Amino acid sequence: MLNRDYLGFVAKPVSVPVEAGQIRLFNKAIGEKRPVYNDETAARAAGHRSLLAPPTFGNCLQQLATDVGITHEDVGLDFRYLLHGEESFTYHGPIYAGDTITLQTEITDMYDKKNGALEFMVTVTRATNQLGELVQERRMVTVMRHPQGGQS
Amino acid sequence: MTLNYEDIMVGDELPELVFGPVSRHILALYCGGSGDHNPIHVDIDFAKKAGVGDVFAHGMLSMAVLGRLLSEWVPQEQIREFGVRFTAITPVNSTITCHGKVTQKFEQDDEQRLRLDLSTTIDDGTVTLAGTAVVAV
Repeated sequence: MLNRDYLGFVAKPVSVPVEAGQIRLFNKAIGEKRPVYNDETAARAAGHRSLLAPPTFGNCLQQLATDVGITHEDVGLDFRYLLHGEESFTYHGPIYAGDTITLQTEITDMYDKKNGALEFMVTVTRATNQLGELVQERRMVTVMRHPQGGQS
Repeated sequence: MTLNYEDIMVGDELPELVFGPVSRHILALYCGGSGDHNPIHVDIDFAKKAGVGDVFAHGMLSMAVLGRLLSEWVPQEQIREFGVRFTAITPVNSTITCHGKVTQKFEQDDEQRLRLDLSTTIDDGTVTLAGTAVVAV
């Protein structure tokens, strides 16, 4: 079960380096072959300061952060029963290879449906680059399913 | 490629993008590339123990491919919002098709913008992601 004590929890800010190799491996997985995403020279020629991180890469930065001050266990999330409910981004600026992105996540809602058979957690993460620019806000809904139905 | 706001009509569809089949190899690449190391997407033993029978694709893999549909239509810097709901699981070896359609033209923050309906489907037509985006043109 979700630990409702964490509703409203604001995690400490965590800084994550944006690595060119990580972007390229991500691109390989998703079939993104265009030079502006994979080749530094082409990216600069197109007016970017380095490789452009694809639209959903902000999610990966969160996954790659080593210490976000809170664990799945703390909140009561069990990998066996996790589903991703929703994901949305509001973009204010690009993320580039070589950037250092600071993420701050807040747990903004926790609720359940079907007599507790499904539990939901909503988080909002603000991503700021090394220049102090807010580059994106990311909202995620995580779903925990309880195969035995509602539990106390 | 440059899109002209005046030439775009509500109801216009984006060119479809087809990705896959999503092999176990692609899931392994995405596991490493995304940093999402949840074993349910790559470890069949873990998936069986969790009662789901086999591994299934990361929802975010489909969203990333849907992001390609968008950024191949407008430069990425012109994407203002992009959000989805995950409506069904994508089994391993599915082929993902991305769809987009213009639903609204409007002006906001001194920009001409389009709202799009987006979705991904798999082989049997099941909608796996449903969402929207706002882009500036």
